[in-house]
Amino acid sequence: MMYGELGGSRTRRTVTGMARVLGALRMDGMLLSGLIAVSLFGLFVLWSAAGDNTALWFNQLVRIAIGFALLIVLSQVPDHFLRMLSPAVYVIGLVLLVVVAFAGDIGKGAQRWLDLGVVRFQPSEIMKLAVPMMCAWYLHQRPLPPALRDVALVLLIVLLPVALIAEQPDLGTALLVAAAGMIVLVLGGLSPAYLLGGVAVAGAAVPLMWHLMHDYQRQRVLTLLDPQSDALGAGYHIIQSQIAIGSGGVFGKGWMNGSQAQLEFLPERSTDFIFAVIGEELGLLGLFALLVGYLFIVGRGLYMAMQCRDAFARLLAASITLTFFVYACVNAGMVMGLLPIVGVPLPLVSYGGTSFVTLMAGFGILMSLHSSRKLVG
Amino acid sequence: MRRVRIKDDALELRMFLQRSLFAAGIVAVLALLLSGRAFWLQVVQNAHYVELSLGNRARIEPLPPNRGVIYDRAGRVIAENTPAYQLELVREQAGDLEVTLGRLTRFGLLDPSDLARVRQLVLSRRSFEAVPFLLQLDDEEVARYAVHRHELPGVLLETRMARHYPYGPIGAHALGYVGTISEEDLSRIDRERYFGTGVIGKTGVERAYENELLGVGGYREVLVNAEGRPVKQLGEGDMQLKSRDPQAGRELRLTIDIELQRVAEEAMAGRRGAVVAIDPSSGDVLVFASLPSFDPNGFARGISRSDYLALTDNPDQPLFNRVIRGTYPPGSTIKPLMALAGLEYEVVQPSDTIYCPGHYSLPGSRHRFRDWKREGHGTVDMEGAVMQSCDVYFYRLANTLGIQRIHDAMAHMGFGEPTGIDIAGERGGIMPSPAWKKTAFSGRENQVWFPGETVIVGIGQGYWTATILQLAKATALLATRGQHFRPRLVNALVDPATGQVEKRPPEPLPPVELNHKENWETIVNAMVAVTSGPRGTALRASRGAAYSIAGKTGTAQVFSVGQTEKYNEKDIAERLRDHALFVAFAPAEAPKLAIAVLVENGGAGSAVAAPIARAVFDAYLTKAPPP
Repeated sequence: MMYGELGGSRTRRTVTGMARVLGALRMDGMLLSGLIAVSLFGLFVLWSAAGDNTALWFNQLVRIAIGFALLIVLSQVPDHFLRMLSPAVYVIGLVLLVVVAFAGDIGKGAQRWLDLGVVRFQPSEIMKLAVPMMCAWYLHQRPLPPALRDVALVLLIVLLPVALIAEQPDLGTALLVAAAGMIVLVLGGLSPAYLLGGVAVAGAAVPLMWHLMHDYQRQRVLTLLDPQSDALGAGYHIIQSQIAIGSGGVFGKGWMNGSQAQLEFLPERSTDFIFAVIGEELGLLGLFALLVGYLFIVGRGLYMAMQCRDAFARLLAASITLTFFVYACVNAGMVMGLLPIVGVPLPLVSYGGTSFVTLMAGFGILMSLHSSRKLVG
Repeated sequence: MRRVRIKDDALELRMFLQRSLFAAGIVAVLALLLSGRAFWLQVVQNAHYVELSLGNRARIEPLPPNRGVIYDRAGRVIAENTPAYQLELVREQAGDLEVTLGRLTRFGLLDPSDLARVRQLVLSRRSFEAVPFLLQLDDEEVARYAVHRHELPGVLLETRMARHYPYGPIGAHALGYVGTISEEDLSRIDRERYFGTGVIGKTGVERAYENELLGVGGYREVLVNAEGRPVKQLGEGDMQLKSRDPQAGRELRLTIDIELQRVAEEAMAGRRGAVVAIDPSSGDVLVFASLPSFDPNGFARGISRSDYLALTDNPDQPLFNRVIRGTYPPGSTIKPLMALAGLEYEVVQPSDTIYCPGHYSLPGSRHRFRDWKREGHGTVDMEGAVMQSCDVYFYRLANTLGIQRIHDAMAHMGFGEPTGIDIAGERGGIMPSPAWKKTAFSGRENQVWFPGETVIVGIGQGYWTATILQLAKATALLATRGQHFRPRLVNALVDPATGQVEKRPPEPLPPVELNHKENWETIVNAMVAVTSGPRGTALRASRGAAYSIAGKTGTAQVFSVGQTEKYNEKDIAERLRDHALFVAFAPAEAPKLAIAVLVENGGAGSAVAAPIARAVFDAYLTKAPPP
């Protein structure tokens, strides 16, 4: 009966028509809806966070358009092509990282940017995708769970670019790239014994890491533990963002009405700290809405990954999805004072083209991997 | 490898699904963790953070009180507050202080000579305080600031009420001035009271009555952004901004008659010296002139170091308060007082005569104390001696009285002690005595009092020094025949809010009681003779006066002339010339004004100082006194 009612409606026809278009475009409608919803939410918040700077908002609009275009393009690429390209992308990315280490521009005291004349971009962004691609490529040819030798090789694949990125120094991106690779390894069947062993080794390595960290990185960790120790210096970000979120309450102070954000107490309010603007202006409900959006994307992504036809597709799709959630967790954790300040943008929301475009490329690949299953039986 | 493994797709898929579900579980846990944290911050700790957020936005802005207006005795405004632009610096907003100071210098908003002072000033205040460093900007300076504003973080242009002295240099030494609060000032004041106030009374009445003039500061909470710049309130009523109105300081009514002061200063034109005029019936100081003067508006505006040095390096010392800080030998002006002492101690009668040959020697000594008149005054009685200012008469009288009795009598009339006028920095001069000499000199041989030292004290020379204020007060004492009052510059305080006037009654000092009251008249008559007698030294200056003047001229030696030399005014460098003095009161029978005049290096008191006193008397007595 319900079916019958729907059958004749325009809505039903429109929905089926759109589904047919998306199917032809090898795209997943639900994931796309989730991405569009969160992106629009981001634009809504950015309008407030940007303040008088409307140019910034339109910039982001352009980048979002570019991101979705890339999503569409990459979702058309057949998965075997992606698989074939993986080693090449990885090697190119690695070379670029070496180049940037010697010839890169220095922005904000760190060497991350490569100036290609037309565009400046960060090779480390490529690695966010290239590393999981490479790991998945390597593991899908091997019987899983991986043998010790394979585990060691994958670790090498991961740590080489991570070391280069950490040296820039960009600890945040380095950790995210490492996470992307490690997720592949874990989902590929890394034995729990190795996993626990790895965690133990990592724990033991903390003092060594501490020793190798730059002063400002150490400071960030110390500041997290006691923000008031440097209330106007490194602790300022943490204190002000917590004040912003905390003072927002359940319903928030209202869009465009966050005093912390609008009166510029909140630093980096349109980029890394935009999460605090949401918390202040839209309250707990706003944060929940965003979280629901993220969970929907992650859930759909994982579901798609499970449907993939081979190990490469499964591992890569799951890694892209989970890494996306790691970004969100790290950013939210940092803004809410749970993690040290590392320069990780809030995915799909923070102002910044590179991050958005990279994420969209990832989801394009995810859609490509997912749709490829239908073609082969 | 012990065994060859082959890929098992089914196994791999099963394992992947397991692990993916596990990952989904971790995602859920992390999502719960983030939600929990958000809940903690936004619900549990909400009130705490709301408070912090409000504290962030409200900054207390001081509302400095209006400084009390100062009027002269006729109600003319002589110190007021006018709106003016001033530059203030907030250290915590200035970024690199040195860079900002350097730019201020480059843009001509800060004199390079002031750099060190301003730096110290800014560093001595709290980092969030706005420290005024350039007061009362002119239009050009405002324009220059406007052009470079973006390069000067933490430098604010504020409109504030600034002190203005409409009469400029007239009466500046009595009135004093306000200036930027210095580090030294900070050490003696309550900083809280000066929050937002950039100036403090530095000298004169402005300093002495600082507590009354200052008022009570108010404040206002303003909504600011993170840079501390005021912004509009966002929502309606989301925050109650508190404020408290400032209370203006009390108004002062001075005893000074600013127009009479102008007359005195104009009469002194171009000369260095001092004029003090006192109302003998109250101790009110009507004229308090120290010349050359200076423009106190320069200080109120924030004087640059170079301008300040120009004042302090000026050989005429315009900043030196000659009225209360200059101590001079009183010279012959004290002869009436000496005569009075002689009468009271009964060592001389008015009619007793002596023969003045032009010099005096102590018995058994060949040293000649010379009279100013080389050929001598011949036979003189007391009145003649005062009238002609015969030195020999008073050499002899001093020797007869002895230093102790002279000291006691003169100390009774206020010499050797500050008069207690209501502004700071007054000196007491020296009323010498054997006891004083013991404390003033080291080495036994220097501590012995010699009879010759008594002799010259008789004509107001030697160790005796006095301020012009002391001389004016002693003259007022003669005018009232023994009544005297603490000299004062302020006779009423007015609360500007209520209009309530607090009059300050004259403060009488223990009167000088004579055993023989008729001695007052003897002395006053002798002083009248000075201005009217046939050989009176001030005859010329008082010719044609519509009232009778009782006066006494004086000439205080600056440079000692040898025993046989003749003092020749022309030959001696200007600065070594004698100081000219004149003290007088009028009308002699019912005195309304007592005056002391000093003209530094003016030569004879009769020629230079007396006409100045005459000009003041004329202005005061021949027109209706102000209400």
